[in-house]
Amino acid sequence: MELKLPIYLDNNATTPMDPRVLEAMLPYFVEKFGNAASRNHSFGWVAEEAVDYAREQVAKLINADPKEIIFTSGATEADNLAIKGVYEMYASKGNHIITCTTEHKAVLDTCKHIEKSGGQVTYLDVQADGLIDLAELEAAITDKTILIAIMYGNNEIGVIQPMREISKIARKHGVLFFTDGTQAVGKIPVDVNADGIDLMAFSGHKMYGPKGVGALYVRRKNPRVKVTSQMDGGGHERGMRSGTLNVPGIVGLGKACELCMHEMDAEAARLSVMRDRLESSLMELEETYVNGNREHRLPHTANISFKYVEGEGLMMGFNKNIALSSGSACTSASLEPSYVLKALGLGDDLAHSSLRFGLGRFTTDEQIDFTIDAIKNTVIKLREMSPLWEMFKEGVDINAIEWAHH
Amino acid sequence: MAYSEKVIDHYSNPKNVGTLDKAKTNVGTGLVGAPECGDVMRLQIEVDEESGLISDAKFKTFGCGSAIASSSLATEWLKGKTVDQALAIDNMDIVEELNLPPVKIHCSVLAEDAIKAAINDYRVKNGLPELVAEKRAH
Repeated sequence: MELKLPIYLDNNATTPMDPRVLEAMLPYFVEKFGNAASRNHSFGWVAEEAVDYAREQVAKLINADPKEIIFTSGATEADNLAIKGVYEMYASKGNHIITCTTEHKAVLDTCKHIEKSGGQVTYLDVQADGLIDLAELEAAITDKTILIAIMYGNNEIGVIQPMREISKIARKHGVLFFTDGTQAVGKIPVDVNADGIDLMAFSGHKMYGPKGVGALYVRRKNPRVKVTSQMDGGGHERGMRSGTLNVPGIVGLGKACELCMHEMDAEAARLSVMRDRLESSLMELEETYVNGNREHRLPHTANISFKYVEGEGLMMGFNKNIALSSGSACTSASLEPSYVLKALGLGDDLAHSSLRFGLGRFTTDEQIDFTIDAIKNTVIKLREMSPLWEMFKEGVDINAIEWAHH
Repeated sequence: MAYSEKVIDHYSNPKNVGTLDKAKTNVGTGLVGAPECGDVMRLQIEVDEESGLISDAKFKTFGCGSAIASSSLATEWLKGKTVDQALAIDNMDIVEELNLPPVKIHCSVLAEDAIKAAINDYRVKNGLPELVAEKRAH
């Protein structure tokens, strides 16, 4: 098969939509355009039926009841609804939330908002491998704690937090457990009952579905969880999320979930073999480090630091042909490298030197071969150009130099 | 972010990558930036003692494409200039030549600082007083 360029290896940012998803959605734009809330005519019934079916497809993927699925505009909205919604609904029980420093901004910034409105938030540090310390989690719980918000799989390093152990601790102390499952749902088996999850946010476009649609799982039994709605209006989604349902989007999310349900296991096996091959080939280069726990990790994600070369400069060597992300935020005005990598205790130099690989359903072996070659060549070329590499090779201790910090 | 063609050209075919013998009295070395900030530039000049002209210039840079291009361009401009002429190189000249966007202006500042640091090193080695650089925020 001929290699088509550019190659897309940024599937943790977004995934291409599966053509089968698009096919399922198409009738719901023009032909079956009804409002799912129109109870009095067939246009509405058709739309409602499609939404009900999608709700079943979504619920099935995570072993939930369809009634526990609240459709939203995406994971960010679901994160907001879960955290703010619990904070407001359970205000009489307490005002303390526990999360961790490597969460997605949609969780961290929502927590900051809670702090501004008088709530208390504990941000747990993670260990060097990206996992939280369960003893620290338990120790952080107070009689005011109402929610633990710890993500399932991390978007940058792919590290999977111990859901079952966290939920056991939450149950023991009568605290609700919310997880941002955006990177995990559809990629690895997620079972809200076995995992003990009370609320979970996820998104369509990370699992080969459309953008602009996601869901919040809200447990209905043992315990029955309620959230205060953050959008007022017609009382859709059992009063938790008003707004006319995005029927084509929801149909697409449902179809995407159904495809993941059937194909996820084989896909995860295929991608982890490819990811491991990519990783071990790149690790043949000296001074190359994998960031995050390699055992408890999403099968399609790798985050690697190439010491003594700068991430953005590195990407420039191949970004015409390969699309991926860097932990170096040199392009942003802040010049701050990734807060997730820094939370692992990585020095700024290693954080600046990192690349994130997100493999996906449409990644091929040929693409991985091309990527390995391109990255190796660029790293070697840039190290020849790097004063830090020269110093390292001459045995100069770079940390002993007094650098002029900007 | 889209890079200008000139940045891409310097990045793909950098001019004057290398190392001069920093032990020689007619070689000045400037090392600026910091690994934590994602940019380190080392720029060196070799001065021909008879003519007073910069006969050679080399760089090595750890940084983004714009930092590499700024230092590559700086070495090109340095060659054949007197030390005084070299001091007149302004970071905004580099910005203009490479069409650097605002977020990349610090790369050009770093290149100007590297030129000044190399000249100072050369001056100190040759018994001349160090020039006091105007303080600027990067």
